[in-house]
Amino acid sequence: MRRLILLLSLIPLAACQQAVNNPYPTEEAGLGILYSAFSERPKHLDPARSYSSNEVAFTGQIYEPPLQYHYLKRPYELIPLTAEAVPRPRYEDAQGRSLPEDAPAAAIAVSVYEIRIRPGIRYQPHPAFSLDGAGKPRYLPIPTALLDEVTAIPDFPEPGTRELTAEDYVYQIKRLAHPGLHSPILGLMAGHIVGLGDLAKTLEAEARHGKGGWLDLRNQPLAGVQVVDRYTYRILIKGKYPQFIYWLAMPFFAPVPWEVDAFYSQPGMAEKNLVLDWWPVGTGPYMMTVNQPHRQMRLTRNPHFRGEPYPAEGAPGDAEAGLLADAGRTMPFVDEAVYSLETETIPYWNKFIQGYYDASGISSDNFDQAVQAGAGGEVDVSPEMAARGIELKTSVSASLFYTGFNMLDPVVGGLDEKRRKLRQAIAIAMDNEEFVAIFRNGRGIPAQGPLPPGLFGYRDGREGMNARVYDWVDGQPVRKSLTEAKRLLAEAGYPGGRDAVTGRPLVLNFDTPARGPDDKARLDWLRKQFRKIDIELVIRGTDYNRFQDKMREGTAQIFEWGWNADYPDPENFMFLLYGPHKKVGSGGENAANYQNPEFDRLFVQMKDMDNGPARQAIIDRMVDILREDAPWIFGFYPKNYALHHGWLHNVKPNLMANNELKYRRVEPGSRSVARQEWNRPHWLGPALLAGVLVLGLYPAWRAYQRRQQAPGRSGRTEP
Amino acid sequence: MMPVVLWTDLLVWLLMAALVGAVLLIRRQPHLRAPWGRVARDPMAMAAALVLAAYTAIALLDSLHYREALPPGPQGEVHYAPEVKSVLDRLLAPLVERQEKSYSAPFATHAFARETLTGPDGQTIRDFPRLIHGGAHLADPVRDRAADILARLAAGLGGGLVIWLAWLGLRRGPRRRRHPQLPWRAMDVTLLALMLVVGALVALAPHYHVLGTDKVGQDVLYASLKSVRTGFLIGALTTLVTLPFSVGLGVAAGYFGGRVDDAVQYLYTTLNAIPGVLLIAAAVLILQAQMEAHPDWFETGAERADMRLLFLCLILGVTSWTGLARLLRGEVLKVRELDYVMAARAFGVSHGRILGRHILPNIQHIILISVVMDFSGLVLAEAVLSYVGVGVDPGMYSFGNMINGARLELAREPVVWWQLGAAFLFMFILVLAANLLADSIRDALDPRTRQRT
Amino acid sequence: MSAYLLRRLAYALPILLGVNLLTFALFFMVNTPDDMARLHLGVKRVTPEAIENWKAARGYDKPLFLNVQASGSGVLTDTIFFEKSLAMFAFEFGQADDGRDIGNEIRTRMWPSLAIALPTFVIGLLVNISVALILVFFRHSYVEWTGVVLAVAMMSISGLFYIIAGQYLFAKVWALAPISGYQDGFNAARFVWLPVLVGVVGGLGAGARWYRTLFLEEAGKDYVRTARAKGLSEARVLFRHILKNGMVPILTGAVAVFPLLFMGSLILESFFGIPGLGSYTIDAINAQDFAIVRAMVFLGAVLYILGLILTDLSYTLVDPRVRLK
Repeated sequence: MRRLILLLSLIPLAACQQAVNNPYPTEEAGLGILYSAFSERPKHLDPARSYSSNEVAFTGQIYEPPLQYHYLKRPYELIPLTAEAVPRPRYEDAQGRSLPEDAPAAAIAVSVYEIRIRPGIRYQPHPAFSLDGAGKPRYLPIPTALLDEVTAIPDFPEPGTRELTAEDYVYQIKRLAHPGLHSPILGLMAGHIVGLGDLAKTLEAEARHGKGGWLDLRNQPLAGVQVVDRYTYRILIKGKYPQFIYWLAMPFFAPVPWEVDAFYSQPGMAEKNLVLDWWPVGTGPYMMTVNQPHRQMRLTRNPHFRGEPYPAEGAPGDAEAGLLADAGRTMPFVDEAVYSLETETIPYWNKFIQGYYDASGISSDNFDQAVQAGAGGEVDVSPEMAARGIELKTSVSASLFYTGFNMLDPVVGGLDEKRRKLRQAIAIAMDNEEFVAIFRNGRGIPAQGPLPPGLFGYRDGREGMNARVYDWVDGQPVRKSLTEAKRLLAEAGYPGGRDAVTGRPLVLNFDTPARGPDDKARLDWLRKQFRKIDIELVIRGTDYNRFQDKMREGTAQIFEWGWNADYPDPENFMFLLYGPHKKVGSGGENAANYQNPEFDRLFVQMKDMDNGPARQAIIDRMVDILREDAPWIFGFYPKNYALHHGWLHNVKPNLMANNELKYRRVEPGSRSVARQEWNRPHWLGPALLAGVLVLGLYPAWRAYQRRQQAPGRSGRTEP
Repeated sequence: MMPVVLWTDLLVWLLMAALVGAVLLIRRQPHLRAPWGRVARDPMAMAAALVLAAYTAIALLDSLHYREALPPGPQGEVHYAPEVKSVLDRLLAPLVERQEKSYSAPFATHAFARETLTGPDGQTIRDFPRLIHGGAHLADPVRDRAADILARLAAGLGGGLVIWLAWLGLRRGPRRRRHPQLPWRAMDVTLLALMLVVGALVALAPHYHVLGTDKVGQDVLYASLKSVRTGFLIGALTTLVTLPFSVGLGVAAGYFGGRVDDAVQYLYTTLNAIPGVLLIAAAVLILQAQMEAHPDWFETGAERADMRLLFLCLILGVTSWTGLARLLRGEVLKVRELDYVMAARAFGVSHGRILGRHILPNIQHIILISVVMDFSGLVLAEAVLSYVGVGVDPGMYSFGNMINGARLELAREPVVWWQLGAAFLFMFILVLAANLLADSIRDALDPRTRQRT
Repeated sequence: MSAYLLRRLAYALPILLGVNLLTFALFFMVNTPDDMARLHLGVKRVTPEAIENWKAARGYDKPLFLNVQASGSGVLTDTIFFEKSLAMFAFEFGQADDGRDIGNEIRTRMWPSLAIALPTFVIGLLVNISVALILVFFRHSYVEWTGVVLAVAMMSISGLFYIIAGQYLFAKVWALAPISGYQDGFNAARFVWLPVLVGVVGGLGAGARWYRTLFLEEAGKDYVRTARAKGLSEARVLFRHILKNGMVPILTGAVAVFPLLFMGSLILESFFGIPGLGSYTIDAINAQDFAIVRAMVFLGAVLYILGLILTDLSYTLVDPRVRLK
């Protein structure tokens, strides 16, 4: 025991004099580093594969697709990144004749996107570009002795660079069809890009017969993607697909030079994790210098980055918020970004409060501490947070959480009047306002339809209200009464929650992959909602795979699901309910297996239209159909509350852009001061604790001494 | 009303029957009666036994399930409510029905979090709303609350005291004379404490949330009482499953050696070598897959949850027998080399006799102690398993689910401590009582400690 | 003795095979290769062709145990089980299902794990035994009584609570340690001491109680009474006789716990952000990366068998009455 106390008191003393809880090396203090965290190791950093947001958080800073979203402007606007201009499609009919821009979609056989990139853009330093005296690749093949020595890309002694060319973009589009890469968008893109599906088949056949190793995609023709000149390339899209332009802002369409592919494909590299999936190579403002996904990732400024001016104009209010203070200055501002693995929310939050992370989201449980809602519902940081200079940024995500009914289910599915009324009754009973209040602390907007605000087609106010569930009272939507829900339920054939014919009570099943401790409260709440209209809800909780199985087989009954927009277009939400995309059978994204012929017809019409009143009218009609059929209970659009410290600048939530790091600026000086002030070690507490322990031992010591002095050695009384 | 017998109910009642049977057997057999008599004379043991009996009573009350009949249908046929209730639910009905919106502190009259309210003058203000049920009978909670709580507490304690005195008077006569050796004073004091607690709860719980409410506004006292059954079952049933494996195989391996030893060692080495969490997770997931494939097996959600609990016990039992088996094997290895065992073997005494007369008495204390330590260990393990996501059904009340929920609550500011506090308190008393009883049993049964006296 | 050792080593092979078989069976009873593919390819926009491709690339497109279409020995060898298990015995763990090298990962992750698990284990053992000895020494006094009650109190608290309380007090309120994270080299001490402290304190209740039971059992034996009767001091009796003879069960217990060092710090590692093998395993279970799970289980099994042999050897060293044949 005493040994323990000794250890306790020695270790912290030996470690450091002040701020002993600093998780970073002391020599980093005062440097222009941005500190952030990631909660899950990114699985893929290959631009052909990375899709989830935690992966794109890294690849977005390294890779540069031709386009990007304007950082400040709302609604979201695409602007050139490496391209000279945002390409406008040229339409051709089946005979190859040019068509006017307003040609009917049916007449368009091919859309041609011609993208011209800026000359003079250079790649980050990388061994794949390194050339020897003879102009040959220095590390191709890589000397065995060197391969034994290196463990990371920065270990290579002589990196090189080269200029970005149009061919690199074409090479990457071909990589999407590579059989070994399993690009998540291959299926989708094969349906749009001319010839991509054929290339995938050819490559697969080749991979089967070939001996493995590097597959030089330069020799593989892809009909729909051509290099025009050194700086120009062309993409041919089948028919009309206006949403394609948004894909050009994602890392899937970033450049990958053939040298890099060849370099990483050498034998012996994969065993050392020297692969593109681990060490990205790009032209962007940052390059990866440390990749230890079990601990830390580090992005360092790319010395060859051309420099890009901070945007000079923004949305109204941005200038007042100080977001234009750096206008015109050359980005990036931060020299390095350190991402630490943080799997638990409590340490993450505490480290943010201590000043060791520059920014943080808020989990529901820390809400009261961090944020205060004003009387009018507006939110701001609490006084304690404000005193520390912490600022709050809120935004509504382009996401939707919903509760879906399996439309193939005999009890809740189907488009007949009774089933429809049953679903509408449940939709009224499900009090999403209360859900948002209890479980998200108000960080969400109860949804009136499938489209979140900020997207074209979203309607605000009374005309945007879901009249099947809400009534318009005093200038705001008010949920219909339970009496109304019970009436609908009775009309659906279940008066009082019991089958009108057999008298059996109605029991519904809720399928969920939930398993965490916080889920119990949520599931309890859910059962409470159904009980309000006398329906017994059985929770069928399983693991994620089993849940997916049920969804695919269509054996689920009621489930929760959510969707994050890929791009800001209503098509990206409506396609989730398009009949031919049914999960059962086609394996699509229509998890509710909803199929309404009129909706499907309108969807086909709507998806290729340009934004305008005509499109809005169709969308309104589609939303109406959904409200009437109620295949989903529209849950809520999540609101993001993000906190950041006062020393971090140029923070504006942008849900589409993924290259935000270059805009950020930190003041390391004030950060160091604050960290020291907030983290003074307190010795009194542990000293008291140690004192109590010693005092606790003292009687034992006394007893021992007494025993030693006692005449008969065993002065004890045996029972 | 239709009685529902869940599998775990059946097993719990069987276990109870077995326990009663064991007591009767012990009373009849003098050589067993003597050591157990020592347990019965130990004040600490009897006090702990009383506390455990209280827990057992809760668990048993919660193991009598039924479904209520609904009003007859149009053709007059009878249907039953899909919800399975227990006798305990019925007794605690006032707690179940009094649900708030979200968190509230123990004895609170106002909610824990501010809300936007409309004041009397139509102004919207941010303040703590009054609870729907907690202290709802008070006109002015700020002024009246303390006095009201004290008055009710006094009434409750008084009631408890009266019942206790009545009991004292009842048993003062013949019983005491018949069993003068029992530690009546300790038992009376324990009983008094129990009576006072029950009295206070009966007086206060219908009007206040004595232990606060949780995230969805459920009374934490109710959740704690419901968790008792789960904890009790995991501790008791798992041990039941474990014992035949660990004792049978462990003793056989140590005593017979040779091929038997090899086979048993192979079995438990293989099982042990696989990380326990992985083994349990895999088994629980397999079970879930089976349950998904046959949704028609279960008529109600309670049956699903119950099956999951039962299988969790089975799986925990099958995976946790190895530790004790190893220990027993090591001990038997030692015991079989003792002179008198060697002698018995040399004289050709049968294996069964040697095992029964010499080996088992020498190791039974290890089994008992291990069982009781397992009991608390298993109750605690359930929390960790819930953390990994393979514990009891997430919809079920259990200490593990409570603690895990509270884990997130501790990060709040101000801290929501009552759920963790309640789970801690209920669990702590359960484990403490079990351990104290175990200590006494150990002192009484261990042949070696007996030599001392 | 050497014959015994040889026999034990020969046993290791079937045990490892059994472990492999069991892991394999359990894992694939829960996950089909399709599940794994879907999990690795992500949730959004996955086509059936992509799944087939993934399985073919990873070698999961074969039958699990029996290939009825193959001829000759191919019936057994041309299966997922055979191909995935064989390399394990050469300690070639291959690549994880996400394409990263497992051996590499184990080599880098093993040090942080050991930095937590080893001190926790050793200090924990020392502290537990010391406390148990103190309790035995002060038998039948209020010191023992308080100690036992404290131990019981401590063992009835969930381990999660110790972690939360430790982080709350030492890292948040007193700012004496980083809340989570890890660095290499001497800097590690700053990150390691708190998890170790939490681990030791969390295990103290049950540990001290368990060792006390063992020592008390020794203390009741005849030779102890004889020793006392001879007039040996209580301390001498305690250390020379009780402690020494109590070592046999302590050793069995300690070595039985040894392989669990990997799993034991599983929750500690994830709470304190220690990039060790425990969090590697739990992440792999969550990500259903079978290659990693299998590798970790195999490694654990090897270490475990090693521990077993060592235990039996130590039996003979400590207690000459135990004979190995």
